[in-house]
Amino acid sequence: MGFENFGTVSFTAEAKVADFITQLEAGKVMATRCRKCGGSYFPPKADCPKCLSSDVEWFEVKSQGKLLSYTVVNYGPSGFENDAPYILALVKFDEGIQILARLSRDIEEKDIKMGMNLTVNPAKLPDNRIAYEFRRA
Amino acid sequence: MPERNVCIIGGGMSLWGVREASIIDMAQEAAKDCFDDVPALKKEDVDGLLFASSYCGRSAFQVNIAPVIAERIGIKPTSMCTRVDTLCAGGSSGIILAAGLIKAGLADVMMVAGGEKLYTPQRWETYYSEMASIDHDWDGAQGMGLPPPFFSMTAQEHMKHYGTTKEQLAAVAVKNRRNGSTNPKGQFQKEVTLEEVMAARPIVPPLGLFDCTPITDGCAAVLLTCEEKAKELSDRPLVYIRGTAQATLHSMSMNWPGEHLADWVHLRTAAKKAYERARVGPDDIDVAQTHDCFTISEIIEMEDLGFCRKGEGGPFVESGQGDFGGKVPVNTDGGLLACGHPFGGTGIRQAREILNQLQGRAIRQVEGAEIGLTHNLSGLNVEHTILIYGREP
Repeated sequence: MGFENFGTVSFTAEAKVADFITQLEAGKVMATRCRKCGGSYFPPKADCPKCLSSDVEWFEVKSQGKLLSYTVVNYGPSGFENDAPYILALVKFDEGIQILARLSRDIEEKDIKMGMNLTVNPAKLPDNRIAYEFRRA
Repeated sequence: MPERNVCIIGGGMSLWGVREASIIDMAQEAAKDCFDDVPALKKEDVDGLLFASSYCGRSAFQVNIAPVIAERIGIKPTSMCTRVDTLCAGGSSGIILAAGLIKAGLADVMMVAGGEKLYTPQRWETYYSEMASIDHDWDGAQGMGLPPPFFSMTAQEHMKHYGTTKEQLAAVAVKNRRNGSTNPKGQFQKEVTLEEVMAARPIVPPLGLFDCTPITDGCAAVLLTCEEKAKELSDRPLVYIRGTAQATLHSMSMNWPGEHLADWVHLRTAAKKAYERARVGPDDIDVAQTHDCFTISEIIEMEDLGFCRKGEGGPFVESGQGDFGGKVPVNTDGGLLACGHPFGGTGIRQAREILNQLQGRAIRQVEGAEIGLTHNLSGLNVEHTILIYGREP
C-alpha cells in the first residue's frame, strides 16, 4: 500500500518511499541515509538531495530526540477541524534529522519543557488511518 | 548592447481588503492607478507584463492569467507576458525578473502587477489552498496548515533565546497600524493601542489577533523601464533598482539550517548579496518595507537585515528605532499588518511605497530618503527576497 491512509488528510497517493508506510504499519518510523555521501533524511528521500545518488538505505529513528519548539493548533486547516486542538512539535534526533509531528494526547501543555526527551512512534488514527507522533521517552 | 540602468517610474494599487470584485477587476484597478501615475506613458509603449499570483488557479479558477489581464488593461505585450509565483514574494520576484529583462535589452517598458482574490463563497477553500504552500505530503498530513503555528514556534524560540517579550511583539503591531491609519488603500485604517494588542484574542499563542496579517483581496502594479526612457516619461526624481537577491532553503520547515527557528541564515545570505550588489550597507538604508506577516517577523528581520545585532530586535522595535525619527523607519505605509497581504501583490505594494518615499511624495514621508529597501519572506520561511532602490544608479 501507499500513502492513501496516511495522516488525518493524505496528500500523497503514491511515492517512491511508500515502504515508509509498510514499516510504519509494522511499528517502525524509518528515515533514509545515502550510502554514497552519508546524508540522512526525514521525511525519507528515495534519491539523495545532496549528491543525487539513488543508492540509499532505510534506518529506524530510534534515538531519544529533544524538543526544539511546539505550538498549540486551535484552528485546524480544512479537513482537520475535528482534530483541533492539537500540539505540533519540532524534535531534533541524534541521527542528524528533525521531525515535525504531533505530541501524543497524553502529554498536556503544562507538562511540556523545552529540551525534553521524546521518541517518535507510529500512531493509529480513527478510520484505519496511520501517522507518527511523539511520546515521552 | 551594454547593460542598462533600470528605473521604477510609477505605481498603483486597487483598494485592498474584503472585496466584492474578481482578481481581474482588481488588477485593472491597480493598473489604471499605475498608468495614471505616469501620464506621459502611452499604453502601447508597454511591451511586457508580469503578473504575480499564487492562488489564482484555485481561488479565482484562472490559470494562464497574464494574457487575460493584458487584455483587460488594454496592452499587447510583445516582449514577455507571464505569471510569476513565489507565494508571498511573487511581486518582488517579478520586479527582479523584469529588471533583468530591461537591463539586458529584452524588454523596454514592463508592468509588474500582482495580487490575489482570497475571499470566495467557499471560505474553506483559502485554508485548504494554504496547505499547498508547505511540504504538504508530510507536514500537511500532520495538520500543519496555516502559517500561524509555524510563526508561533518561531516567536517562542526568539523569546527563549533572546528574552523577547510579548510587549515587544505588540510594539510592531501598534507602529504599523499607526502608519497604515493614513493609507487609504490598505485594509485597516484603525489604530490599535498596546493594551488592545496585548488583550486581543489568541490566534496561536503568543500570537494574538493583531500580531497576524489578515486575509486580503487586492492587487498592485508598478512600471519599470530603462534610465533613458524614464527620463523621457517622468519629471520626477529617478529611482533606480540598485541591487537584488533571493536566497532559498531546500526544505519547507524541517531540515532547518540555522541554529534555531528564529535564526534566519538565508535572510542574512540574501541581505549580504543585495547590499554588495547595491554597494551599500545596512546603515545606508533610509527607509525599509519588510515582511511583517507576523510581528515576530519584523523583529527578526531588523536583526538579520543588519539594522541591529542578533537578538536585539525586540528592544530595537520597542525603543522606536524602526519608527519615524528612529534608525530606519520600517513599513511606513502600514506593512502587511495594516495593508493586508494578497500574496503576489505585497512586494509590489512595497516597491510603490519605496518609489513614493524616494521621490518625496509618500503619505508619511521620511525626510530626505535616498536609499530604500524592500524585503519579502515566502511560505514557511522558505525564501527571502530583497531589493534595494536608490536615487543614484
